[in-house]
Amino acid sequence: MSQPKTLIDKIWDAHVVRDQSGEPTLLYIDLHLVHEVTSPQAFEGLRLTSRTVRRPDLTYATVDHNIPTTDRSLPIKDPISKQQIDTLRANCAEFGVPLADVHSRDQGIVHVIGPELGLTLPGKTIVCGDSHTSTHGAFGALAFGIGTSEVEHVLATQCLLQQRPQTMEVYVHGEMPKGTTAKDLILGLISRFGTAFGTGYVVEYRGPAIAALSMEERMTVCNMSIEAGARAGLIAPDDKTYDYLRGRRFAPSGQDFEQAVERFRTLTTDPGATFDARVDFDAHTLVPQVTWGTSPGMGADVTGRVPNPDDFADPVMRRSAELALEYMGLKAGTPMQEIPIDRVFIGSCTNGRIEDLRAAAAVVADHKVAGHVKAMVVPGSHIVKEQAEKEGLDKIFLKAGFEWREPGCSMCLAMNPDILEPGERCASTSNRNFEGRQGRDGRTHLVSPAMAAAAAIAGHFVDVRHFA
Amino acid sequence: MEPFHTHSGIVAPIARANIDTDAIIPKQFLKRIERSGFGQFLFYDWRFTASGATIPDFLLNREPYNHATVLVAGPNFGCGSSREHAPWALLDFGFRVVIAPSYADIFFNNCFKNGVLPIVLPDAAITTLLTEAEQSPGFTVTVDLAAQTVQSASGHTYEFDIDPYRKMCLEGGLDDIGLTLQNEADISRYEQSAPFAVPHATR
Repeated sequence: MSQPKTLIDKIWDAHVVRDQSGEPTLLYIDLHLVHEVTSPQAFEGLRLTSRTVRRPDLTYATVDHNIPTTDRSLPIKDPISKQQIDTLRANCAEFGVPLADVHSRDQGIVHVIGPELGLTLPGKTIVCGDSHTSTHGAFGALAFGIGTSEVEHVLATQCLLQQRPQTMEVYVHGEMPKGTTAKDLILGLISRFGTAFGTGYVVEYRGPAIAALSMEERMTVCNMSIEAGARAGLIAPDDKTYDYLRGRRFAPSGQDFEQAVERFRTLTTDPGATFDARVDFDAHTLVPQVTWGTSPGMGADVTGRVPNPDDFADPVMRRSAELALEYMGLKAGTPMQEIPIDRVFIGSCTNGRIEDLRAAAAVVADHKVAGHVKAMVVPGSHIVKEQAEKEGLDKIFLKAGFEWREPGCSMCLAMNPDILEPGERCASTSNRNFEGRQGRDGRTHLVSPAMAAAAAIAGHFVDVRHFA
Repeated sequence: MEPFHTHSGIVAPIARANIDTDAIIPKQFLKRIERSGFGQFLFYDWRFTASGATIPDFLLNREPYNHATVLVAGPNFGCGSSREHAPWALLDFGFRVVIAPSYADIFFNNCFKNGVLPIVLPDAAITTLLTEAEQSPGFTVTVDLAAQTVQSASGHTYEFDIDPYRKMCLEGGLDDIGLTLQNEADISRYEQSAPFAVPHATR
């Protein structure tokens, strides 16, 4: 009997092209996702060195980061955004890379469309010039974000030079209480253990609370692994995974799929395999989360208060908390539920999927957005948008006073015209509350879709468990 | 990429934890399609007002810190977005070295691809360097990559660890795509089986 292995080690070992002592491992990449912002310099690098894309058939591109979410029949007003999108289109044509372009039904946020199109599969190594590539780990893939130099490296060689990562088990005990979501789980984990507890590790999420999550909820958890410092986070595939993938466009079909499933079933951590580190978290005690600061780890229970910087022992952390409160315009000791909001953003690669929109719509139904609040819903992809419209969710949002937009990254990073005004405070289902992330001097509070929807109606944060 | 051997320069101290890549280079400047010219936008929201006026108090807008080439900062430096524009902006501004107690993985990796040396030193050393650089504007350090040391103008010497392969690439200014392509036979051999790859139609 061979040595018991973790899931992470199994995927890693299956992708080693070359392993020489004193050198990083040359690792094969099964799927390379490309978008307009982090790829132009990589394609330019190929041109300058007369190199080609080695495997266009393992490469897939879309536009998401800076396209407008308003009427797509109109030209893009920002000339630099337009140039970046035109550049991707030209690069894909020149190098033979398939592109889900602005008007394609397949277009959407790269981490939403990968799974939706069946490009994301268990056991694959998946990279993209985007830190939230960790999302695809929900399918039992080893998926991580890379820089533009590495994008060029993968385009040219279909490989990456990588140090073998350390492995970490994040074991989530128990059952999540009613009214809490996958977003609360990952925010709660990061708030408890910090924004760097996963640095240097690939995380495998395990335990009964993880097994109970739907595929979309698993994507939300894996998506924010990077906010815990981990480049990748993954979950072993199971029947839910196969049921989600069966029949998807680029997934193997028919008998081929069933054969693939037999192989996928080996993708679990063997009993007795050891991880380099372990973190335990009890789902029982979870309460809906709201962040109060400018780092995803600066979070609190919705029933709690804004903390006092003096409570932080470490001087650099204390100073960081002071600066965060100053930027956020918050006073220590303020109950979270007394913080008023101006804007609501529901969308992003973290929470822009159909289940997220259903959860938000369930809260919104028969209510109106508070008079002083401007709220928008941005579906993660065209396919999500179509499905939501089929279910009438768009009508629920529109009737309540939400805007209903075209798919893209939108106000998660505000590269397109969806941006906060200085001083505006936003309840956002995205993943980062950094200074200026949603617009200069904009103030971001990270929450789940249901919490964002409830805040839109109340005009301030409320505990969605008691909201009717 | 420019080879790295030794470097001496003025230290800019920014005593904050979790300095993210959105702070290093805000997203409105990611729309360029070149690698160059990002230095003018480094720490933009900290250096300039919304209307583009210089914020005189900010460290990098003050003499002699505006000539700094070594950045010292708090833990988890470079967290957030994978944007390589962050090391491009640091390098273009003039920084060759960053010193912090810890880094986010992707940023750390991106630095090496661009000849920027990210050095990890323990908290105590960082606290000393931050204090000295704040109290003595123009305070310098000398980094010796071969010896793996940081020598400060106040006479302290700090040793640091670095992965030997990364060290070799920095010293040689090597293009790792070229190195990987030398292993073409290994890649082709792997592709014969590639157990999890599922090619899709391209046209």
